[in-house]
Formats: sequence, C-alpha cells, structure tokens
Amino acid sequence: MNLFLQLTISGMTNGAVYALVALGFVLIYKSSDVINFAQGELLLVGAYLAFFFVAQLGLAWPIGVLLALLVAAGLGILIERLVLEPLIGEPIISVIMVTIGLSSLLRAIVNGIWTPRPRLFPSFIPSTDVHILGAVVSADRLWAIALSFALLALFTLFFRRSSEGIAMRAVADDQQAALSMGISVKRVFAIAWSIAAVTATVGGIMLANIIGVSGDISRIGLRVFPVVILGGLDSIPGAIIGGMVIGLLEAWTGGYVGQGLNQVLPFVVLVLILMVRPYGLFGQEIIERV
Amino acid sequence: MTTAPSFATVSQLAPGEPQLVVEKITLSFGGVTALAGVSLDVRQGEIRAVIGPNGAGKTSLLNSISGLYRPQQGRILFHNDQEYNLLERRPDQIARLGVARSFQNIELFRHMTVLDNLMLGRHIHMKSNVLDCGLYWGRAQKEEVRHRQVVEEIIDFLEIEAIRKKPVGTLSYGLQKRVELGRALALEPAILLLDEPMAGMNVEEKEDMARFILDINEERGVTIVLIEHDMGVVMDISDRIAVLDFGRKIGDGTPDEVRANPEVIKAYLGEDHG
Ligand SMILES: Nc1ncnc2c1ncn2[C@@H]1O[C@H](COP(=O)(O)OP(=O)(O)OP(=O)(O)O)[C@@H](O)[C@H]1O
Ligand SMILES: [Mg+2]
Repeated sequence: MNLFLQLTISGMTNGAVYALVALGFVLIYKSSDVINFAQGELLLVGAYLAFFFVAQLGLAWPIGVLLALLVAAGLGILIERLVLEPLIGEPIISVIMVTIGLSSLLRAIVNGIWTPRPRLFPSFIPSTDVHILGAVVSADRLWAIALSFALLALFTLFFRRSSEGIAMRAVADDQQAALSMGISVKRVFAIAWSIAAVTATVGGIMLANIIGVSGDISRIGLRVFPVVILGGLDSIPGAIIGGMVIGLLEAWTGGYVGQGLNQVLPFVVLVLILMVRPYGLFGQEIIERV
Repeated sequence: MTTAPSFATVSQLAPGEPQLVVEKITLSFGGVTALAGVSLDVRQGEIRAVIGPNGAGKTSLLNSISGLYRPQQGRILFHNDQEYNLLERRPDQIARLGVARSFQNIELFRHMTVLDNLMLGRHIHMKSNVLDCGLYWGRAQKEEVRHRQVVEEIIDFLEIEAIRKKPVGTLSYGLQKRVELGRALALEPAILLLDEPMAGMNVEEKEDMARFILDINEERGVTIVLIEHDMGVVMDISDRIAVLDFGRKIGDGTPDEVRANPEVIKAYLGEDHG
C-alpha cells in the first residue's frame, strides 16, 4: 500500500508534466495542423530561462519565474512569426522538417549559452518529506501535481469560456469560416505557440526542480509523443488523461516489474490502444469532405 | 408587420450609393484564368446577383472580395465611413469592415452547436482580451448578455428555435444553409455575400430562403450579393444581375435586360448543348 501510494504520486507528478507539455503540443496541432517536434526543447529553454533569472541573476523566484514565463511567451510568438508563418501552405512534411530543425537550433542555443554541464536548480519549491497514509513523498511532487492541475483547469476554462479560446476552437474546426468571422488566424497561431511555450516552461521548471537543469529535460519532453498519440492528437482532455496514464504506467511498472521495462511498457500499451482506436482515445476521426 | 430589428446594418451610405467597386480584376491559378479583367459595382441596399455556368468564376469573384483569393491585377474598393482597398487586407480584416459571407460548400463549425456558431458570428463585436477572457464576470457578463440577445433575435427571425442546441453536423443540408446565413447575419454586416444559398434545397426551403434574403435586404437595409443557379429566384428577387462566363463578364443589367442579352442566351444555350 505504502509503495503503491508512493509510486502513484511519483507517476502523477510525471504525468502532470507530460499533460502540460502535451497540452501545448495539442494546441498547436489542433489550430494549425503543425506537428511540433521542438516541444521537448521548449521545455529545455523554459527550464534554462528560469535558471538564468533565479540562479544566475539572483532574482527572487516569483519574479524570476514570471520573467521566464514572459520571455517564453514572447519566444513562442517569435517562433510562430519567423519560422512557421512563412511556411503556411507548404507541404506538411516541410513543416515537420522545420520543427525538427528548430529543435536542434534551440538545443544548440541552450548549449552555446549555458554549456551542456548539468546544473543544480535553485530549489524554491519546498522538498521536505510529507507523510500521507503511511507513504513518504517529497513535497515538491505534490506541488507539481497541484500546480499542473490548476494550470490545466485554467486553460480548459480559457478554451471554453473566453472569446480567444472559442476563436481557437473555431480555427481548429474550419479555418476559412473562422477568417470570414473576422477571427485573425495569425493571432490564434501566435497564441497557441505562446501557450505551448508557457506550459512547457512550467513543465521544465518542475522537472528541473526534481532532476536538475540539463539536456535530460528535453529527452523527457519526447514523452509527449506517446501521450498525444494515446489521447488523440487533437484532444485537450486526451492530452491530460494520456499524460496521467503514461506517467502512472511508467511509475507502476518501474516499481513493481523493474526499471528498464518502464521505458517500454507505455509503448506496448500505446500500440495495443492504437490497434483498437487508431485516432487515440479521444481523437476525432478525420472526415474527408468530398 | 415585423418589429423593427435591433440588429441593424453598419453601413453609413445612403441607398443607391456605390458600396463595392470591383475594378478589372484578374485572377489566375497557374495556367487557369479564373477571372479575366472583371469589373462590377454594387450599390448600397440592392440585391445584386452574379450568375453564370459552372466554372465561370462566380465563387472566385466572391473569394476575391472576401480576401480568400488575391487577384494579381485590379482593385476592389469598399465604401463605408471611408474608402477601403480590400486587396490590401486579410480576410479577417475584411470581415471586420462589415463584409460577411456564406460558402457554396457549407463551412460551419461542425462540432459546435447552432448557438455556438451564431455566437462566433459575434466575435468581431467582442472586446477580446486574453486576460479578462470573457469569464462570466462584470462587464464581460453584460457584454455576453447583449450578444445573446442579438443571436436570439436572429434565431427567431430564421425560425430555428427548435435546433438551437443541436450540433450543426447533425442537421439537414437545408437547415445548415440557414444556420450559415444566420451566422453571417450575426456579424451585423453592411454587405452580405451569399454563394448559392439555395443549392440542394427543395421548393419550400427555397421559398423560405428567398423570403429571408428579401427581409434582410428590405427591413435591415443590408446589401446582398447573390450567386444562384435557380433563374426563377434570381429574376424574381434581384435588382441587377451580372453574368460571368469563362472568367469574363458577358452581361450586366436589370433582369429584363439580361434576359434579352444575346450573348447571355448564347452562353446558356452553349452550356446546355455542351
Ligand atoms: N483554388 C483554386 N485552385 C485552382 N483553380 C481554381 C481554384 N478555385 C477556382 N479555380 C478554377 O477557377 C475557375 C472558376 O472556378 P469558380 O469556382 O470560381 O467557378 P464558379 O462559377 O463558382 O462555378 P460553380 O457554379 O461550379 O460553383 C475554374 O476553372 C476552377 O477550376
Ligand atoms: Mg461556385
């Protein structure tokens, strides 16, 4: 019981981070059909930004984190404007290649500025041990879970209620119609990229807090692929649930079956689910219009 | 008698003044010339039909006006409080000037309800702000109530109360066309571009649609540009008709003038025999 709870909380922590990262990925795909292979690097950049403002500049952490989020939002918009907008109308494969190039570029920039040497992240999130129901868990994990859920709830509300969020859904549904409603598709793409960068930064900070600041962060960002394929490339609830499922599966297999296998099992589950539901758990079947 | 509409046209022109002026536009796709030097004027308050055989360039003309296509030559001027060159603007900016449209192949937000679709038609009238994001508080709430009023009036007017909560993907073709008209109306446009609003409808549905178009035009003063294949309807409700064939304008005038135009007769006969 004790072990189970411990594994579950650790799985939920990773799952929450996966969900955040997947949310950004889904947003970009949903609104612009772009598969963003640089999502993991957005996590990396976000973590290093926070590291820069808090550890290197020595700012108080709330200010440092806020600045990191702002810079990330700006970076998201910049990437959309400079890199993706010129590609509108180009074949999907070119766009994918460009996001792969973007991921190398971002990693190179990070290595160039901060060197690949792993750094210690200033732990401003308390990591004292907390006892719940006989299990001992680190408080930073609970923080990560709570924060992710709050963010996910906030973004869900944003999509359902705000006129910007509804405009994003409209663009996802029918771009021409959205344009004829006076919705700026450019603006929607820019918002999607900045939200993706911001959520990735939050995820990156949480990871950095647990595993330190290093290139490993972007590797974990790669986990976004099983998550979104599981949940459905275009489903926001799918991203959240898919993140949790993969996070928990990893933790449980790691704890009960053995390390190593936990890297494999999520993919096995993935393949099984895709055999039954090729569009993912919550994805929409693509209806070809004649 | 219908009650005076509270959603009214935003046009600042007097009836009969030139509202939309298309000047010698040429539009090609690779080797295909969809429009070859087409000129057309639309006056405030009229119903202006555009007819022509399949592939004549009617939809291309509408897409050029609404900014989805970008002609390589010519000008498109829109008059309201001032003169706007539409060729310099993006489609969403053109919509904000008061130019609304419907599509030949229905382009509704399929996964949303009728009500959501119409509310999206209000987008340009919403004060959008990512931060205060329309959460049901204070000013945002008051604003939402006002938009709901406009939308409910349109629902009443188009007689679609019964389906307001339905996802549009589940509706019949005729009803979808009606919802699409409603969504365009929700923009409170000065001019409404309708691409075959009656295609695929039965006689009764066509009559309803013709009545809605006439009401929108007469009671709300909205200028209408209408593409339609049904000659009976076109001759009946249009003030002036332009005829396109192979990307050229081959006739323009009142229904009687167009009916008597030998080139138009030839184009239509040619189509029948081809
Ligand atoms: N996006 C496009 N790409 C390439 N060619 C196009 C495009 N849109 C239109 N065309 C071509 O331009 C010409 C005019 O097409 P358009 O759709 O404007 O005709 P239309 O008068 O609306 O016909 P219909 O009555 O069948 O709707 C056609 O030859 C068509 O193939
Ligand atoms: Mg057409």
